[in-house]
Amino acid sequence: MSGHMNLTLKVWRQKSDKENGKLVTYPVQNISPDMSFLEMFDVLNEQLITKGEQPIAFDHDCREGICGMCSMYINGRPHGPKRGVTTCQLHMRSFKDGDTIVVEPWRAAAFPVIKDLTVNRSAFDRVIAKGGFISVNVGNAQDANNIPIPKPDADAAFQAAACIGCGACVATCKNSSAMLFVSAKISQLALLPQGRVEATARVKNMVAQMDEEGFGNCTNTGACEVECPKGISLENIARMNREFFVANIKS
Amino acid sequence: MSNTSGKFIQSSLGKKLLMGLTGLFLISFLIVHCLLNSFIFLNDGGVMFNEGAQFMANNPIIRIMEIVLFFGLIAHAVQALVLTLQNNKARPIKYAVNNGNANSKWYSRSMGILGSLLLLFLVVHLSHFWIDTKAAQFNGTIAEHNTYLEMIEVFHNPINVAVYLLGVIALAYHLLHGFPSAFQTMGWNHPKYNGLIKKTGILFSIVVPMIFAAMPVAIFLGWIK
Repeated sequence: MSGHMNLTLKVWRQKSDKENGKLVTYPVQNISPDMSFLEMFDVLNEQLITKGEQPIAFDHDCREGICGMCSMYINGRPHGPKRGVTTCQLHMRSFKDGDTIVVEPWRAAAFPVIKDLTVNRSAFDRVIAKGGFISVNVGNAQDANNIPIPKPDADAAFQAAACIGCGACVATCKNSSAMLFVSAKISQLALLPQGRVEATARVKNMVAQMDEEGFGNCTNTGACEVECPKGISLENIARMNREFFVANIKS
Repeated sequence: MSNTSGKFIQSSLGKKLLMGLTGLFLISFLIVHCLLNSFIFLNDGGVMFNEGAQFMANNPIIRIMEIVLFFGLIAHAVQALVLTLQNNKARPIKYAVNNGNANSKWYSRSMGILGSLLLLFLVVHLSHFWIDTKAAQFNGTIAEHNTYLEMIEVFHNPINVAVYLLGVIALAYHLLHGFPSAFQTMGWNHPKYNGLIKKTGILFSIVVPMIFAAMPVAIFLGWIK
């Protein structure tokens, strides 16, 4: 059991979005450095249940960094101190024995707290419902190279499509802006011929819904790009801006 | 897919574009202002400088641009206020711990404060020079008005020199974020040009404020008489 850690956690507890929350201190002992951050929370919750207390509610699903459910603001950064990982991929070896770790939910008016560390991210779903799809008939799956797409465009579309919609960009942005998310979703379709057909209406509708949901405005601090677990780049926001301006000139 | 969006200028991206364009317009003014004032470095007792000032005061195109400039400045400031209020509303409960330095520059996150400092500085700056010049224009005494002497007098006061240096520092950091940010907002983000925009932005944000800073310093130290 060498190298096991004792930590002090300060976790945001909030019964519902109707009630005020507060940070509650929990000591945790004997944590393996090979545990993921969520497994450490499992250990803590086991202890709380044994003591007859309410376990801490937190979002998680695949625990391999592809579903976008986990959402913890750890020591002032979404998904913790490592770049390019989600909370479930963060391991306790990234911390030191005796550390105090503050864990808060994503904070944005558009992401109301459901309970403790879980927030309601259905604002993202409503943005997607406004245009994050293709409604024209594109036929069956094509043979390879049947539709010529330049390699750089295909790569950029693929990189944009890597967005898992976790909301870390909103959480870290000082303005709670969702532009990295929305621009990734617009880009992945705008770059491909199947998506071009509806590109004009798509960008206008999705931006309008983003504004409607009460996300803030981008001031180009670049924090989202740094904190995004999937490395979505600011180039997408510039592309969304271009698409939006051209769309507004055209129609 | 039917279009369900509202007015362009009321959208978040429309407001962003207005910020960027007015910002670039104000930058273009800085270049003219900086070049013209650099005449004092000729150290000719203000002959060329006053000549330039007279040209600016009498040229009708410049007079119109002065009004456009004021509208640009007001649009930039008012839009910034509207956006800041909206952005504050987008996060009603703040984080207990937030490590912004891990992912962004302090001046990128402080454009509102830097801009407010610049606005305060502008009030001082206009009260030093612009109001007198305007008064002379309306009284018809502009031909005898000596802006150069006025400048020498203002910059012999060490408090004024300190205020101007602080103003210039705020300007430098405001530009350091604002210059590349305007291009990103306009959608000009391309690997081929990003380096150029970034380097030009840094160079501009250092050189222009340095030239402005050199003016009160040189006058205060008596290098320019």
